[in-house]
Amino acid sequence: MIHSLFLVNSSGDIFLEKHWKSVVSRSVCDYFFEAQERASEPENVPPVIPTPHHYLISVLRHRIYFVAVIQSEVPPLFVIEFLHRVVDTFQDYFGVCTEAAIKDNVVVVYELLEEMLDNGFPLATESNILKELIKPPTILRTVVNTITGSTNVGEQLPTGQLSVVPWRRTGVKYTNNEAYFDVVEEIDAIIDKSGSTITAEIQGVIDACVKLTGMPDLTLSFMNPRLLDDVSFHPCVRFKRWEAERILSFIPPDGNFRLLSYHVSSQNLHPLRSASLVAIPVYVKHNITFREGSSQGRFELTLGPKQTMGKGVEAVLVSSQLPRGVLNTNLNPTQGTYTFDPVTKLLSWDVGKINPQKLPSLKGSMSLQAGASKPDENPTINIQFKIQQSALSGLKVNRLDMYGEKYKPFKGIKYMTKAGKFQVRT
Amino acid sequence: MEWANQLCENRQFGSKMTDSKYFTTTKKGEIFELKAELNSDKKEKKKEAVKKVIASMTVGKDVSALFPDVVNCMQTDNLELKKLVYLYLMNYAKSQPDMAIMAVNTFVKDCEDPNPLIRALAVRTMGCIRVDKITEYLCEPLRKCLKDEDPYVRKTAAVCVAKLHDINAQLVEDQGFLDTLKDLISDSNPMVVANAVAALSEIAESHPNSNLLDLNPQSINKLLTALNECTEWGQIFILDCLANYTPRDDRESQSICERVTPRLSHANSAVVLSAVKVLMKFMEMLPKDLDYYGTLLKKLAPPLVTLLSAEPELQYVALRNINLIVQKRPEILKHEMKVFFVKYNDPIYVKLEKLDIMIRLASQANIAQVLAELKEYATEVDVDFVRKAVRAIGRCAIKVEQSAERCVSTLLDLIQTKVNYVVQEAIVVIKDIFRKYPNKYESVIATLCENLDSLDEPEARAAMIWIVGEYAERIDNADELLESFLEGFHDESTQVQLQLLTAIVKLFLKKPTETQELVQQVLSLATQDSDNPDLRDRGYIYWRLLSTDPVAAKEVVLAEKPLISEETDLIEPTLLEELICHIGTLASVYHKPPSAFVEGSRGVMHKRLPARTGSGEGTESPDVGNVAGGSAPEAAPSIIPSQGDLLGDLLNLDLAPPTTTGPPPPTSGMQMGGMDLLGGGLDSLLGGDIGGSPAMGAGFGAAPAVMPASLNAPVGGGLGDLFDLGGGVGMPMGAYIPPKTVWLPAMKAKGLEISGTFARRAGVIQMELVLTNKAMSVMTDFAIQFNRNSFGLAPAGPLQVLTPLGPNQTIEVSLPLSTVGPVMKMDPLNNLQVAVKNNIDVFYFSCQYPISMLFVEDGKMERQVFLATWKDIPNDNESQFQIQDCHLNSDAASNKLQGSNIFTIAKRTVEGQDMLYMAIKLSNGIWVLAELKMQAGNPNYTISLKCRAPEVSQCVFQCYEAVLKN
Repeated sequence: MIHSLFLVNSSGDIFLEKHWKSVVSRSVCDYFFEAQERASEPENVPPVIPTPHHYLISVLRHRIYFVAVIQSEVPPLFVIEFLHRVVDTFQDYFGVCTEAAIKDNVVVVYELLEEMLDNGFPLATESNILKELIKPPTILRTVVNTITGSTNVGEQLPTGQLSVVPWRRTGVKYTNNEAYFDVVEEIDAIIDKSGSTITAEIQGVIDACVKLTGMPDLTLSFMNPRLLDDVSFHPCVRFKRWEAERILSFIPPDGNFRLLSYHVSSQNLHPLRSASLVAIPVYVKHNITFREGSSQGRFELTLGPKQTMGKGVEAVLVSSQLPRGVLNTNLNPTQGTYTFDPVTKLLSWDVGKINPQKLPSLKGSMSLQAGASKPDENPTINIQFKIQQSALSGLKVNRLDMYGEKYKPFKGIKYMTKAGKFQVRT
Repeated sequence: MEWANQLCENRQFGSKMTDSKYFTTTKKGEIFELKAELNSDKKEKKKEAVKKVIASMTVGKDVSALFPDVVNCMQTDNLELKKLVYLYLMNYAKSQPDMAIMAVNTFVKDCEDPNPLIRALAVRTMGCIRVDKITEYLCEPLRKCLKDEDPYVRKTAAVCVAKLHDINAQLVEDQGFLDTLKDLISDSNPMVVANAVAALSEIAESHPNSNLLDLNPQSINKLLTALNECTEWGQIFILDCLANYTPRDDRESQSICERVTPRLSHANSAVVLSAVKVLMKFMEMLPKDLDYYGTLLKKLAPPLVTLLSAEPELQYVALRNINLIVQKRPEILKHEMKVFFVKYNDPIYVKLEKLDIMIRLASQANIAQVLAELKEYATEVDVDFVRKAVRAIGRCAIKVEQSAERCVSTLLDLIQTKVNYVVQEAIVVIKDIFRKYPNKYESVIATLCENLDSLDEPEARAAMIWIVGEYAERIDNADELLESFLEGFHDESTQVQLQLLTAIVKLFLKKPTETQELVQQVLSLATQDSDNPDLRDRGYIYWRLLSTDPVAAKEVVLAEKPLISEETDLIEPTLLEELICHIGTLASVYHKPPSAFVEGSRGVMHKRLPARTGSGEGTESPDVGNVAGGSAPEAAPSIIPSQGDLLGDLLNLDLAPPTTTGPPPPTSGMQMGGMDLLGGGLDSLLGGDIGGSPAMGAGFGAAPAVMPASLNAPVGGGLGDLFDLGGGVGMPMGAYIPPKTVWLPAMKAKGLEISGTFARRAGVIQMELVLTNKAMSVMTDFAIQFNRNSFGLAPAGPLQVLTPLGPNQTIEVSLPLSTVGPVMKMDPLNNLQVAVKNNIDVFYFSCQYPISMLFVEDGKMERQVFLATWKDIPNDNESQFQIQDCHLNSDAASNKLQGSNIFTIAKRTVEGQDMLYMAIKLSNGIWVLAELKMQAGNPNYTISLKCRAPEVSQCVFQCYEAVLKN
């Protein structure tokens, strides 16, 4: 099981260590540092590193490496999932997960890690339960604690921990009972030079914020559940009911949680048709050319909406890693602002909203190193955008019902589409 | 003092109200100050002080001096303060065992607390205090907690048993905790069940032979029920445990699969992968014509695809496992090629894995798309990735014949880019394409030759030279090209030198008139001016061949080469089966069997996929399932029992050539053209029945006798070299080989006498057998099989007795052995039980191999690593032996030992006493460290051995004795 945890910052210092079994010397991290040095980019450090007597399994989040030390055969995914859970918990507790935040709350961090793992076995990782055991720090509570001498640690056995619904605490009370669901879809796509789609898939999630009194039992049904044939559920969802009726039936955790994540690829959208039929909301016309022997290159980029279901495309951000040979750029955007960092060669253009009547474009020239040969690689264009009030796959919630409690909750559902890894090759 | 506290307090209020203040007190006398605060009457001050102590502890400051003061704070009603003190205790109890005893009473009292949270906390903390004296006091409270009315306490206590076992295994067994733990598997609470399973699994890992997790249909049913209700982590433990079970029939298998399938939709990827493991394993048992089988296959694809949208670290582990799954069952993901397309900002480790899987999934249907992608990747920035992409194009050509032409033209396009490393990679793969499809694409040679000058990497140079040599007849200026390489012959790497030698010989055989000078030049460079034995030896062979019988030379050197196939990069089937049983583990990430890298002889059981039972395919080795099912083999008997159960055990694989290996795999054949000379070429040279390296020695041994004296070569040294080859290729000093002994007397085996010994030659373990027929009739159909043994020794090929053995005839056979067979601990450890079959009967005998056979060549260790490892191994694991009556000085001893892969890491001389520090690595990854003390003039040496698996020490010592005295 998990032996120890080291937190390493981007400059390679260990700023926190925690051991659940015997103490493992810090020097074990030297192997990690070696790998870190070898990696060209921080994110290229391999997640599993063998050392003579231990294995180091790490994740990189918020520019902090969480390095777990294991000694025997332990499923690596188990360790990685757990580390991500640790990060999520820190973020949940402190708002951000930074070195400063962790150091500011070191005692809470220690208490949390102690509760999350016992002898390397996960103990309490559900946020609902943890918060009952250890109250998240707030400015107000710190002041109150200092004055009254009370503590952050709960006095009672966390009630949820042993009930049939371990994710929900008992005795929840709200004056305003509300349940909100956000359907958020991210589209990952690779578009080739000619504008045709190589791959396109949708990663969707339904995030919920449920503040309901008592033990409500909810059902959520969809207009088109057929879309959802590749899903991962929160443990609260009754799988049998879903299999039989395609209805989500569950007793929700209290507060924020991810009810469901799903994956829609071209296959399950249109079983008989080809990939290009996942709706691609934006198109890019580009002309990036370098000529042999010339120290100038041409750069032209125009964006336009494609299949957006009548909704506006906003928060558009274009970025591209230009070839190393590019010294500088001289470009004119028709809207928004653009920057080019001559050191990292990163071009980024904050476009804003796309107006279908007047398409945004970025045109101009690039100056190249004089005398150098024409760059070998073609830059890839990365696009981010948002479309409000629509889920790209067309997924629609039909209705939400509540059983088991008498009051009438306030219900709300929001849809949003975002670009995930949306890449256009040139 | 009060004043100082005040000051501290003020400062705290002045600054931000966070824990970071605990880091700021770095003034002198900090410990002193904390001590005073800890002893303060005010509760609040005490707590603040403990927090500061904890903060110091987290950043690695030593605050152990405050131990008594902190422990004094333990008697409190304040839960947070109690927890903080517990945290401190866990960290420092080991360094202050006597003080820690002081805390025992509080623990015992807390275990009786009405609040279950406190009871659980107390029992949890006590288990974390790794002090022997305390563990004794822990037993009673733990026993109570295991039967506590509150499931929260029970589940905490279950884990505590595992902790205690880690500290004192004997105690846990004596106290009967293991039985209580087993009872908890039937607990009414799913979380308790999950924790009991987790604890038992962990304990079982250090007790491979104990029957802890006794899985039967009843307990399986309980686990499956708990699976639905326990936490995600519990689900992982239960699924991993289920994967060790072998269902009785296909019906049970199907019902388990049905109950596990919903886990594929879990949000936790570790749960998903563990479920995939169970399904992949149990699916083996389902008849293929069953509807459910098809349904299950379809259900497996979406969750695997979903894993690829997770964080990159998760993706990496998932991809490594998918790599195994697509090799075992390509049908699952055959339509999902696109999800493996690389995004330009994927981390490099994800990119490389995706690429690998793309090639495995490549088929005629999708090859166009794949090639377009690969070409795109070849223009990316990352050099490693680009190289691998170019290689991938070559692999596609070899895998999908219809695509070969397109691949070649893609590669030519890439060569036109003139990007140096792309060109070099392309040439390396084009060489392979030539070998796969001879006489098809040679028209491109001209283009390749244009790039000759830009090649600076050995592999690319070697590939190019191979091409020039192979197609010398079509390249007009082949001699010029090769000559140009010859100029810097001595600066080239061995790979290039060998290739150049072969290529020029080929050229000579094809165009003898113009190239005589060239060939003489290269032969003399290779034989006279080179220090490399491989090069010299190959040079001599060619020289002799050419000068005695040019026709034979032509037959040998220009022999038709075996075709290469894409199978070369697939994982060997038995290993793949084992890895499929280990999906989701470290073994699956490294694609090595668990025994190969988890240190120590944990006696890792080799897992096998169950056999398909039920309709239709019941004939398929029905007893394999049995073997996989028996989770705990009984201790091995030292005498061979008569037939009976052993027969089933030993011979369940039918004594035909073992299924584990086919003919010598072509892997090495494709690495460089030259290799095939020693394999394929020598085959014809020596009569064709040699097959692999084992008999090579004999062939070489006989050769020099006919070596013509006219060769002008420095015969002395040369002959020595050739003779050396017989002893062991490329080894500075022969490894110790014990004399042959009679293993099976003729009277016990109906006239077949077997004697033999073991040797390690060039990294290959060989069993050298002498079979004598003392019966009246001819013996044929020899085959051999081993019982499971401590180090997984197994024949790596069939027993090569090709001709019938007539009466009074004797034959010597070398049998190469691998160490990937099934493992079972034997007593003595190096005991090997063998069954030999011939046309008359099956015979059994047992023999002991010197453990030095298992010492691998890469057993050298860095000094620092040695030192750290030496310290790290507990002193209990050290054993001392005397070697008597040995008259070697330390250097001679060291040399002698090195021949057997016992490497001297350091030498120290203290007061006339030489101390040699040595390291040995066993084939299963166990390290043995040794200290050899020798006094000048004293023929008795003292040797201390340290090893994580101390049971090997005795055998290692015997080896030392044998090696040093021979």
